[in-house]
Amino acid sequence: MSLRHLTIAAIAGAIVSTTALVAPASAQTQEGIYVPLLTYRTGAFAGSGIPIADGMHDYLTMLNERDGGIGGVPIVIEECETGYDTKRGVECYESVRAKNPVVVNPYSTGITLQLIPRAAVDRIPVLSMAYGLSASADGETFPWVFNPPVTYWDGASVFVKHIAEREGGFESLAGKTVGLLHLDAPYGREPIPVLEALAEEHGFELKLYPVAAQDMQNQGSVWLNIRRDRPDYIYLQGWGAMNPTAVREAIRTGFPIENMIGVWWAGGDEDARAGGADAAGYKALSFNGAGTDFPFIQDVITHVHDKGLSQFPRERIGDMLYNRGMYNSMLIAEAIRTAQEITGKSVVTGEDVRRGLENLNVTEERLAEMGMTGFAAPLDVTCENHSGNHDVFVAEWDGEKWTVGQDWTEPMTERVRPLILQAAQDYAAANPGWPARTETCDN
Amino acid sequence: MIYRESGQYKTSYEADRAVFPLRQDRIGIAVIIAAAYAAGVFGSDFLLQAVLIPFLIFSLAAIGLNILVGYAGLLSLGTGAFMGVGAYACYKLMTAFPEVNVVVWILMSGFFSAAVGVFFGLPSLRIKGFYLAVATLAAQFFLQWSFNRIPWLYNYNISGAIEAPLTTLFGVPITGATATAEARYLVVLTLVIGLTWLASNLVHGRIGRQWMAIRDMDIAAELIGIRPLHAKLMAFACSSYFVGVAGAMMVFLWYGGAEYNVFNIDQSFFILFMIIIGGLGSLIGSFMGAALIFMLPIGLGIVLPAITEPFGITVGAATIEHLRFMIVGALIIFFLIVEPHGLARLWQIGKQKLRVWPFPY
Repeated sequence: MSLRHLTIAAIAGAIVSTTALVAPASAQTQEGIYVPLLTYRTGAFAGSGIPIADGMHDYLTMLNERDGGIGGVPIVIEECETGYDTKRGVECYESVRAKNPVVVNPYSTGITLQLIPRAAVDRIPVLSMAYGLSASADGETFPWVFNPPVTYWDGASVFVKHIAEREGGFESLAGKTVGLLHLDAPYGREPIPVLEALAEEHGFELKLYPVAAQDMQNQGSVWLNIRRDRPDYIYLQGWGAMNPTAVREAIRTGFPIENMIGVWWAGGDEDARAGGADAAGYKALSFNGAGTDFPFIQDVITHVHDKGLSQFPRERIGDMLYNRGMYNSMLIAEAIRTAQEITGKSVVTGEDVRRGLENLNVTEERLAEMGMTGFAAPLDVTCENHSGNHDVFVAEWDGEKWTVGQDWTEPMTERVRPLILQAAQDYAAANPGWPARTETCDN
Repeated sequence: MIYRESGQYKTSYEADRAVFPLRQDRIGIAVIIAAAYAAGVFGSDFLLQAVLIPFLIFSLAAIGLNILVGYAGLLSLGTGAFMGVGAYACYKLMTAFPEVNVVVWILMSGFFSAAVGVFFGLPSLRIKGFYLAVATLAAQFFLQWSFNRIPWLYNYNISGAIEAPLTTLFGVPITGATATAEARYLVVLTLVIGLTWLASNLVHGRIGRQWMAIRDMDIAAELIGIRPLHAKLMAFACSSYFVGVAGAMMVFLWYGGAEYNVFNIDQSFFILFMIIIGGLGSLIGSFMGAALIFMLPIGLGIVLPAITEPFGITVGAATIEHLRFMIVGALIIFFLIVEPHGLARLWQIGKQKLRVWPFPY
């Protein structure tokens, strides 16, 4: 009989301990503003994911350490590992949703697409900084989704402006060949409509070079085609291991590297470094500065790295993607601060932060206050325009580091905006029962 | 002592051939089903949405693959793609005929993946084993390419994704963003129970015995009058039906939307691991394998930080992820060494021991 008692005791013990373990984990609520970060430090995209995850984490930690949070309320930061996998991302979202997050950063276009319909229902705003669905820049259709400072379509238009400038005007583009080397996924195909429209208008030829996700590191055949077609410029819309491979292949096949321009997600330090010294001249769009020459980065070093609160290697502080992660956290922090100002509350909710994001106005003075002069361009989000079509610049790799941008370029808003509104309408039409905007506008 | 058959007399052939010959088994199944429905009412959103709904959907997909690999002995690596066929077929049907109930379309979409499965199953008449696996790999890559490259399949959506529109059942929303986890869970549970019952009848009946005969020795099966063409293609059709329905449920009752790369080769391997761990040729093994492969990492993600925190060790999200990989990997190897026939065999041994306990002689 003792065996039976033992078994019963073991089963009872297991049940009790499991409940005891599960209960605190699911009902954990600390004082403060809860900001979950969906990050990926594992998997095929970890190379790009780690600097971003650390950048987001370290900036918010700096605010906690230096200012005691935002408006005196500490930020509760929690990371959830998605591995850039949609399934895991949705699981992460479910696990953080119960703890009243004020904003969710999916950091993957796939996960963003899943969360867009959920945002309005769960009343949690989604901040997809310069990724996700371009059409979600239309605040009328997507009141809960934000993609500042620019969309992929803005980026593609800046690329065309940039090559026109180098050729000596838009009229010189006629007869040129432009290649789009892109990941064969929704993310990679995003710039196609804008580039097609501009190609027709300015008379250049657009050639598409799709790279399937499983062939990211095996681009030999694609580059054979590129060598045959001899495009004058290449726009690179890749992510993860695809970017360093593209840079390496360009050098190997003798493509003039200064004529290859990446979107901002193809502008990581590791992406360019893969090409060695020959990669000098490779360009990428960016909306944030690289390097450590900004007062707020010194604060991050003092308050986070010196105290051993960061996992990021010290010598890589100032990497383009690390800084971009900090830029993302700056947007979160400013949205929370704006929400506190509007509502007068110190502990804000997701609904308040949605209003905060909609009234986000980061002026030149505010940038100077935060120690970010020259790091980013002023930013203004409105109820209608959740992206803002802000200025970006073309950063250049000098063989060692990215140059900090000087000449910020305005996207062709007049071309991009109608496309966004049309795409948003199409999205709502394709989803019968898409809720009409009921949220009032503050500005 | 509790679990024994003494005193239960089988007085008819039907009783002797029953799937659950023991009264205790029947009671157990009834209790499990009742508990599963109760979970829909009392469970938290996280439990339903992130644990139970995916578990049931993967179980159904594993049952589908088990029909092919476990019962008919035909190795397939195209499961992910066949799930995709179900999902895209359901999406096209739903958007083309929105007035028909979504549950009907989910069940119908399986027929489309069954047709595609039969087509890609044709080589199975000539080739076997690993060579057949390579042939189904072609299905995996071709179909995934189609989901990405044929815009008609996703209604020319600019983001290339398919999304679940709002639909209702008895006035309650079950797909789309406003559908509650409870409603979706109850639909998934009912469908999975119904389809498992169907699968159970299939594998215990004439068709299932044909599959097993083909699996054990196809020449002997042919000699006793089983037509390999019919049996093998039937296995592909039935398997793909279940897998396709699971795919449609995954997109419409769990994710709410999907991109083409959800149905990649990883998904195929994921489900293949489930049936290998759970037990080839066993329905309960499909459920056990899905539970181990899918729920164990989630459980570890909750339990590991809870174990280390009292000791003042805070582990990062990425470390937990690495630990999950290592522990799950180690467990898979452990189970394969200790019990190569899967969890279902362990379960069977356990039941056998329980039958004679406490007097094993």
